[in-house]
Amino acid sequence: MLNKDTVGGTLSVALILCVVCSIVVASSAVLLRPMQQANKDLDRKTNILSAAGLLKEGASVDSLFEGISVRAVDLDSGQFTDSVDLENYDQRKASKDPALSEELSASEDLAKISRRANVATVYIVENSGGIEKVILPIKGYGLWSTLYGFIALEGDLNTVAGLGFYEHAETPGLGGEVDNPLWKAKWEGKKVFDDEGKTALRVIKGPVDSNRAGSEYQIDGLSGATLTSRGVSQLIQFWLGENGFAPFLTKLKEGEA
Amino acid sequence: MAEKTKDILFKPVVENNPIALQILGICSALAVTSQLSVSLVMCLALTTVTAFSNFFVSLVRNFIPGNIRIIVQMTIIASLVIVVDQVLKAVAYDVSKQLSVFVGLIITNCIVMGRAEAYAMKNPPVASFLDGVGNGLGYSVILIVLAVIRELFGSGSLLGIEILPVVSTGGWYVPNGLLLLPPSAFFLIGGFIWILRTFKTDQVEAPDFELAPNTRAEVV
Repeated sequence: MLNKDTVGGTLSVALILCVVCSIVVASSAVLLRPMQQANKDLDRKTNILSAAGLLKEGASVDSLFEGISVRAVDLDSGQFTDSVDLENYDQRKASKDPALSEELSASEDLAKISRRANVATVYIVENSGGIEKVILPIKGYGLWSTLYGFIALEGDLNTVAGLGFYEHAETPGLGGEVDNPLWKAKWEGKKVFDDEGKTALRVIKGPVDSNRAGSEYQIDGLSGATLTSRGVSQLIQFWLGENGFAPFLTKLKEGEA
Repeated sequence: MAEKTKDILFKPVVENNPIALQILGICSALAVTSQLSVSLVMCLALTTVTAFSNFFVSLVRNFIPGNIRIIVQMTIIASLVIVVDQVLKAVAYDVSKQLSVFVGLIITNCIVMGRAEAYAMKNPPVASFLDGVGNGLGYSVILIVLAVIRELFGSGSLLGIEILPVVSTGGWYVPNGLLLLPPSAFFLIGGFIWILRTFKTDQVEAPDFELAPNTRAEVV
């Protein structure tokens, strides 16, 4: 046998080891990919359903998701578009691609995301009487991290049906309380647009006084998490505002989307 | 042989604990212990990687050229970690999302590397495998203790099941937020080592040097 400590021995041991290891790694990645993809899809659907409050214990996510139609929306025109292939369209990737997104100026960029994709994926729950719920993807910067989530609106396109973040890295126990079911429940029934059609929904500092005028547009701030609360407030203002989904919601209400 | 097997397996749990005595693998012990379920998966992943990397390193130990032995060990460990990461993503997606970067960081976990170099390079495959399992268990014991304390008093629950009803959901327990932050694991590990060394005095290390007494300059 070749002496392992010669140059040739060292090289051949290294070569054999690399080949064996790469075969092991590559085959595990390839063989497990279908399962991983299925998990990713399931995770995304679960998040959408839970934001809309449609998640039911015991019912399978896929069957619940069947009632939801997925559509692409051109955010500039506010109209449905067929320009992207929804099966493969990834809004997160698109918002980094200069060809598929646009840069936001400092005054527009309330959510501190610097670029916004031109096309957004929205989810619409329909019943016989028309639209029941619309679920919109939202994201924005909090204190430490970008928060990714969904906001669901009722059929009147003004009342909040639910909100949920599926990915963030805010401080557990403080900013991380955006996941608290009690806090999320405070969003239900709040209104997005005021009488003049402006985006009025925001997170305020401290608790909301429900006797005051305008309390239907206000959400309690999270105690000890001023910056996360501000981040959530700003991202709501952005995504439901002029540069976000406001044009689309107006068109949808008029039946012109 | 039976006695020896027991020694290899259980000595690292108390007497030669990788975290408490060897002070290895602290970084991941801080990062993943705020929830018990995540810690359990981390323990399982690390024990698997340590055991199998020890096994494979030991299997080829006679063919490993001395001057590239560390990189050979790293390659074996890294491949195993990638496989574990891929398997987790396929079967336990939620947990793998929470563990995020820390599964990948098992590659640099000093316990894995340390055992491969210190034990597997000199011992036969089966004994090395058991040594890996033993050290994995030692790591696991500390992680589980930390995670139980941190999750129970930090969020009032265990494995996500509410034990102490917290104030924010209408209960009486005010959670200790510090326990959810990584520094609390430092205090707990420190306390754990203190307790262990009070009972097992032979683990107390001799001081490397003595502090010289302070001297005072003459007041002119």
